[in-house]
Amino acid sequence: MTWTAEDIQHWLKQFADQIHEHKDELTDLDQKIGDGDHGINMARGVKEMNKLFDEKTFATPGELFKAVAMVYIGKIGGASGPLYGSAMMKMASSAGTQETLSDKELIDALKAGKTAIEQRGKASVGEKTMVDVWVPLLQKFDGSDVDWNAFSDEADELKAKTKEMHAKKGRAAYLGARSVGHIDPGSASSALFFQTLAATARERG
Amino acid sequence: MDRVSLVFVSHSADIVKGIKALLYEMQPEVNIAVAGGEEDGGIGTNAMDIQQAIDTVYTDKGTVILFDLGSALLNAELAIDMAGDERLVKIADAPILEGGYAAVVEAGFGSSVDKVVDAAEKARSMRKIPQD
Repeated sequence: MTWTAEDIQHWLKQFADQIHEHKDELTDLDQKIGDGDHGINMARGVKEMNKLFDEKTFATPGELFKAVAMVYIGKIGGASGPLYGSAMMKMASSAGTQETLSDKELIDALKAGKTAIEQRGKASVGEKTMVDVWVPLLQKFDGSDVDWNAFSDEADELKAKTKEMHAKKGRAAYLGARSVGHIDPGSASSALFFQTLAATARERG
Repeated sequence: MDRVSLVFVSHSADIVKGIKALLYEMQPEVNIAVAGGEEDGGIGTNAMDIQQAIDTVYTDKGTVILFDLGSALLNAELAIDMAGDERLVKIADAPILEGGYAAVVEAGFGSSVDKVVDAAEKARSMRKIPQD
């Protein structure tokens, strides 16, 4: 499909709805292996993002990504704020001043976001972080002729795979082997991010 | 004398407030700014707050950041990136209190940013109980 700023806004509003719906679940996962505030932090960030959407309209996807980046950095806090915020910032640069994005261009922007997350978090695949969803998912779907059902399923499976991983980053790393058996909360919110993207593509494409 | 300034970043507003008070007694001539906790009073760190803290004490002599745990580093690095390349701001890989203590002493002598970072990082291996 062709993504306008409004389509992207629709996606991110769905993401916000899902974060609110899964807020307790995210916090619960984070209480098991982190500092227990992921649901609260994400909910605070997306609530502020929705406020931004109520007040302002955006001419381009790039402009929207940039404004959302500043909200995430300022309002989510923790490690997720700089990680999601840096991703959005790089997505804004990748999208540039184009009025619309093709699926391929949107996936390219997400890949730029993925690189920002890897660099900011200094994390690699297999360390039980959001990288374990972002990297393999965007490796598998390069943007030409995306099967959005498969995309959504893959995001969910990648999230589930973090359950058996041994955490190497963040507060969970202090738990060592005791982190095994719990899904990584950052991967869980990332799955919602990509699943709502796929849902928007199916609904509007 | 122009001195390197310090920024302390913690998940807790109380921790950095206490560190600032303690170090002010030690060396009142070094400018210290702090960024601690979330805006709602909760525990956490925030890149915007860190950027503001840097702004309040930054001079051309440079600024050194000391931080407490994990995500404080991510947010400090992001704050530096947002401020742009032309500023001389470095992060010390040091325990926040002992490193801060060493940093404020070194900065008080008018030393460079690199020397202040070095002094803070040496605090990592300092014994606290005398060995005989």
